Amino acid sequence: MLHQEIIEQLPYSEPFLFVDELFHVAHDGVSGVYTFPKEAYFYQGHFKNHPVTPGVLLTECMAQIGVVCLGIYLVAENKQTSLEGLDTNMLQIALSSSDVQYFAPVFPGEQVRVVSKKIYFRFHKLKCEVSMYNSQNKVVCHGTIAGMIKPRNDE
Amino acid sequence: MTREEIITKLKAIATPYVLNKSLLDAYNENTDFIKDLEINSANLVDIILDVEDEFGIEVNDQAMDGMLTVNDAVAVIQKELSK
Repeated sequence: MLHQEIIEQLPYSEPFLFVDELFHVAHDGVSGVYTFPKEAYFYQGHFKNHPVTPGVLLTECMAQIGVVCLGIYLVAENKQTSLEGLDTNMLQIALSSSDVQYFAPVFPGEQVRVVSKKIYFRFHKLKCEVSMYNSQNKVVCHGTIAGMIKPRNDE
Repeated sequence: MTREEIITKLKAIATPYVLNKSLLDAYNENTDFIKDLEINSANLVDIILDVEDEFGIEVNDQAMDGMLTVNDAVAVIQKELSK
């Protein structure tokens, strides 16, 4: 229930929501999965006649599950409010850095699993070590991603 | 540690986060990290974390909000070091 509430609080929608399900959410990390739809629009152009998931979208998926979902949980925890009481329309979210290496391609229809470990959450900045695995449990990509997340009225 | 030593150490800490290194030529105690050195707010967080490590202090949220210039940072560092 809690996991579904976090997903509902995400400030994304189709075609730019890259989170299906969360498995584990705690103050030190998060894990979740996403399946890249076979018919997603970007496969028409990446690449011509050879559909492969763009690396930039693998990074986005890692950021949405690994940093934003965790960030929503941590903000709610810090404010000691329930997720229902947290209005994420009032959250300011920005990607601040990503340093990611890619090891394997993700093809249309593949499910990926994202595992994120918090490095720190200080002064509204959340920095995480994030890994993505494919269904064979092979590392697809790995790196560090950081973002700023804070309530609008909390200057 | 003298005030001048702290100011010099702060410059060394900030340098890796400054994209346009020529901005450091005018570095002085009145330098504003974001306005004058064009450091973004996320990197300013990393500078504060580096300051904590370098000086062995802890900066709280309230102090962080006031650390806009080199002078502000020196004041916070000196206050924490004197504890």
